[in-house]
Amino acid sequence: MAVEKRVRFKSWWLPWVLIAPQMAIILVFFFWPAGRTLYQSVLTQDAFGTSTQFVGLENFNRLWEDETYLASFKTTALFSVLVAVLGLSIALLLAVMADRVTRGATIYKTLLIWPYAVAPAVAGVLWLFMFAPSVGIVSYALRALGFEWNHLLNGNHAMALIVMAAVWKQISYNFLFFLAGLQSIPKSLIEAAAIDGARPWRRFWTIVFPLLSPTTFFLLVINVVYAFFETFAIVDAATNGGPGKDTAILVYKLYYDGFKALDLGGSAVQSAVLMAIVIALTVVQFRYVEKKVQY
Amino acid sequence: MNRRYVLSTLVSLTGLVTLPAQAQTEIQWWHSMGGALGEWVNDLAKDFNASQKDYKVVPTFKGTYDESMTAAIAAFRSGNAPHILQVFEVGTATMMASKGAIVPVGKVMADAGVKFDPKAYVPAVAGYYTAPSGQMLSFPFNSSTTVFHYNKDAFKAAGLDPENPPKTWPEVTLAAAKLKAGGHKCPFTTSWVSWTQLESFSAWHNVEFATKGNGMRGIDTRLAFNTPLHVRHIENLANMSKQGLFVYKGRGNAADATFVSGECAMTTGSSALYGNIKRNAKFASGISTLPYYPDVPGAPQNTVIGGASLWVMSGKKPDEYKGVGQFFAHLSKADEAAKSHQRTGYLPVTIASYELTEKSGFYKQNPGTDVSVTQMIRKTTDKSRGIRLGNFVQIRTIIDEEMENIWSGKKSAQEGIDSAVKRGNEQLERFEKANKS
Amino acid sequence: MVERDRLGRVISHVVLLLGVLVVAFPVYVTLIASTQTSQQIVQQVPMSLAPGGHMLETYRVALFGGETSYGGKVAPVAPMLWVSFVSAMTIAIGKIAISLLSAFAFVYFRFPGRGLCFWLVFVTLMLPVEVRILPTYEVISNLSMLNSYAGLTVPLIASATATFLFRQFFLTVPDELVEASRIDGAGPMRFFKDVLVPLSTTSIAALFVIQFIYGWNQYLWPLLVTTDESMYPIVMGIKRMFAGGDAANEWNVIMATAILAMLPPAFVVLAMQRWFVKGLVDTEK
Repeated sequence: MAVEKRVRFKSWWLPWVLIAPQMAIILVFFFWPAGRTLYQSVLTQDAFGTSTQFVGLENFNRLWEDETYLASFKTTALFSVLVAVLGLSIALLLAVMADRVTRGATIYKTLLIWPYAVAPAVAGVLWLFMFAPSVGIVSYALRALGFEWNHLLNGNHAMALIVMAAVWKQISYNFLFFLAGLQSIPKSLIEAAAIDGARPWRRFWTIVFPLLSPTTFFLLVINVVYAFFETFAIVDAATNGGPGKDTAILVYKLYYDGFKALDLGGSAVQSAVLMAIVIALTVVQFRYVEKKVQY
Repeated sequence: MNRRYVLSTLVSLTGLVTLPAQAQTEIQWWHSMGGALGEWVNDLAKDFNASQKDYKVVPTFKGTYDESMTAAIAAFRSGNAPHILQVFEVGTATMMASKGAIVPVGKVMADAGVKFDPKAYVPAVAGYYTAPSGQMLSFPFNSSTTVFHYNKDAFKAAGLDPENPPKTWPEVTLAAAKLKAGGHKCPFTTSWVSWTQLESFSAWHNVEFATKGNGMRGIDTRLAFNTPLHVRHIENLANMSKQGLFVYKGRGNAADATFVSGECAMTTGSSALYGNIKRNAKFASGISTLPYYPDVPGAPQNTVIGGASLWVMSGKKPDEYKGVGQFFAHLSKADEAAKSHQRTGYLPVTIASYELTEKSGFYKQNPGTDVSVTQMIRKTTDKSRGIRLGNFVQIRTIIDEEMENIWSGKKSAQEGIDSAVKRGNEQLERFEKANKS
Repeated sequence: MVERDRLGRVISHVVLLLGVLVVAFPVYVTLIASTQTSQQIVQQVPMSLAPGGHMLETYRVALFGGETSYGGKVAPVAPMLWVSFVSAMTIAIGKIAISLLSAFAFVYFRFPGRGLCFWLVFVTLMLPVEVRILPTYEVISNLSMLNSYAGLTVPLIASATATFLFRQFFLTVPDELVEASRIDGAGPMRFFKDVLVPLSTTSIAALFVIQFIYGWNQYLWPLLVTTDESMYPIVMGIKRMFAGGDAANEWNVIMATAILAMLPPAFVVLAMQRWFVKGLVDTEK
């Protein structure tokens, strides 16, 4: 942790007690199962585990020889960037607006946060309803604008669809945390700047945004993790990675191999690769981006 | 009253009161039937439980086929597996390869002392789940097959004879052209592309989808659907797609909704769609046999089933297996199987149940529901008995992907099929290597 | 904000309305679908956006159970809502409690292995539950926690989001407050209880909403861990309505149940609004 607080409490035993519950839970319910999962990457087994063979790096080599897997790195990168950027900027805009209004504030906030509660099972179905080529409500509207929507055979449309579905879910989430972050900015600071003659736009960038940066950093990391890890359900419901392999992001293949194809060894190797990528990204974020965060 | 009489009455009364409740052996059944089908499953268990006192079948909904597989795997690895598990047809090879995890149904029935005649089952239905030795591995439960659904009202509007549906692929193309000329936006579509256009297509034309009798005779099978016949068919579909006669509506059964809503006029899909159509379609619809190419000798032969079967997990007590065997025997009774067939639209499991249904006039009252059965009730050949491929789930996805490449024009029919065969064979090689022993 | 310019306010409202339209539209579709009959939903393409007239009977069936027009029986939703509620509350409260303590330790103390422990906690974000679900199930099974609230909730508390957020927030708390409480003679836990936690109410409120909904919408884990249908949470009830195979779905009842399932989280969102109070920290600089 690069950032330090100057003032600290001194106790040799208290911190251990404080972190004990969390460490205990994550050791038993995360690290132990995670270890076993990753161990499966060097095995080949039948689905039920009745016969197990140690195969070393074979699962790993198989991944690299699969050209569709390598292609999905690019797909994933594009997808993640779009989701993170769109999700954060739209949510920030909405949060700033919601922070400004007094009338109807509660209604706006509720209506903007509430969609996060739509169960993923239902959300997937809804998106199919709305975007079904030729009969979906949204496809209908797009066609009225002269735009032939067909995400079944058009790779770009399919990518747009999953980006929209992923961003939609995250807007509520990001909005909530941005709002919380905005609420804890002291009004006195903003009033002082206004008295100094700064316009809202300038006030935002010189005062609000920097003070919001801890929240923004948090959301950036979380959104990247979300885009990489939590979006397989959306792809599964909306496009199944298709058409062809145009929307087969890394985590979708991982999930598919683990749950549908029951290739546990292959899935475990992909988990390891994905984990390594995201850890690397996070380290980069902590090392370089956190420097710009103002605490 | 006579004291002895009173005493003996009291004793017998106490005996009645203190009679321990029969310790029923519970049989856990995990399934993936939701909605109205879930009710069907619950009723099956209820009827069986009411018919005898020793066993109690407890059905539990465990999500979709993939999810219940995962649940069963997790449970099995921790020693909590259910007795009966419903597994979709493409998981057959996976279940078989998990030696030690399952007990063949044939063995269960024999050990339970249940009279069991494999020949009583509809050949193309049971054949899929039977080992080459003739031993039944899993119990056929909810099977459907590929049929041709068409919109009679749309036919009339386009000047086609609603009572004379196209029987061959050239006729389908002609009908589609007429529909399109009449302004129809989606003349023809299909669900389950691999199942309808390649797997069942092959069996219907009595050609192999994969070598070694579609994998029934050996684990060293390889895909074989890159013959001129298959390429010609896919090319036809690709051309139809270019002309707007065939409109691709997505993987799996996504296209079903487009037929039911009236958007698409003809579709090849599951016979189990019938219930949905009857309930929800605003138009008159008909069912016909899967189209074929008349110039292929031996066509039409029989189609391939879809759906799921019931597998028995290992590691349970002999008494519990006895209960399982009795439950399966109960399900196989002619009137039980006939009831299920008529209620759900799934295929009848035994020949006797088919004949019973026919005698009852059911098919006359529900025209078209016998199409699926007549496609299946023939004697099967070595090439049409069923398909057993390892990593079948991945192979179907590969086929879906390559077909999409063909429909969107990215690859030609030959290129797409060759790609699919090559990638699919990699999956089969891997399965073979992993299960050498 | 300070200025009372009309244009600024109009723009804000327009942006918000657009946002609501886009974000809440799927919820609207769900609601409308629940007021029509299943036939109407399937036959009319695209689905009509006007409310249908079947709201009462659909919701009656969804809430209390009963037969539907397809002959499918719908299990009453109430017991499942209760299971979901208890699980979600446990997960949310559990996560927040242990994360407050850990974040406090990471930020305000220095101890050997601190950096390592923080990263260990953080890494838990990098491997979602679904990926490690089989071995986690084994652990729960070995601890005999199947079919129990403990089994449903404890493994889901092992996550770092809350710790990370609190860490971010605690780092922004001015040092003067610590020194002030030290001068008052308070120990670390006193500071924690009397100063830090009250300051964190906004973050706690936000996290509570998120974690409650997270726990509320859990599907795959409860599916594996419960065989007793009385321990099924509400999302499983929804999934169970999707007929398997190629049979027809009763969309109106499914959508009605989905709306019912979204009501408790909506209440949580509304209730938490009170805690989003501005300007709790107003220091004199």
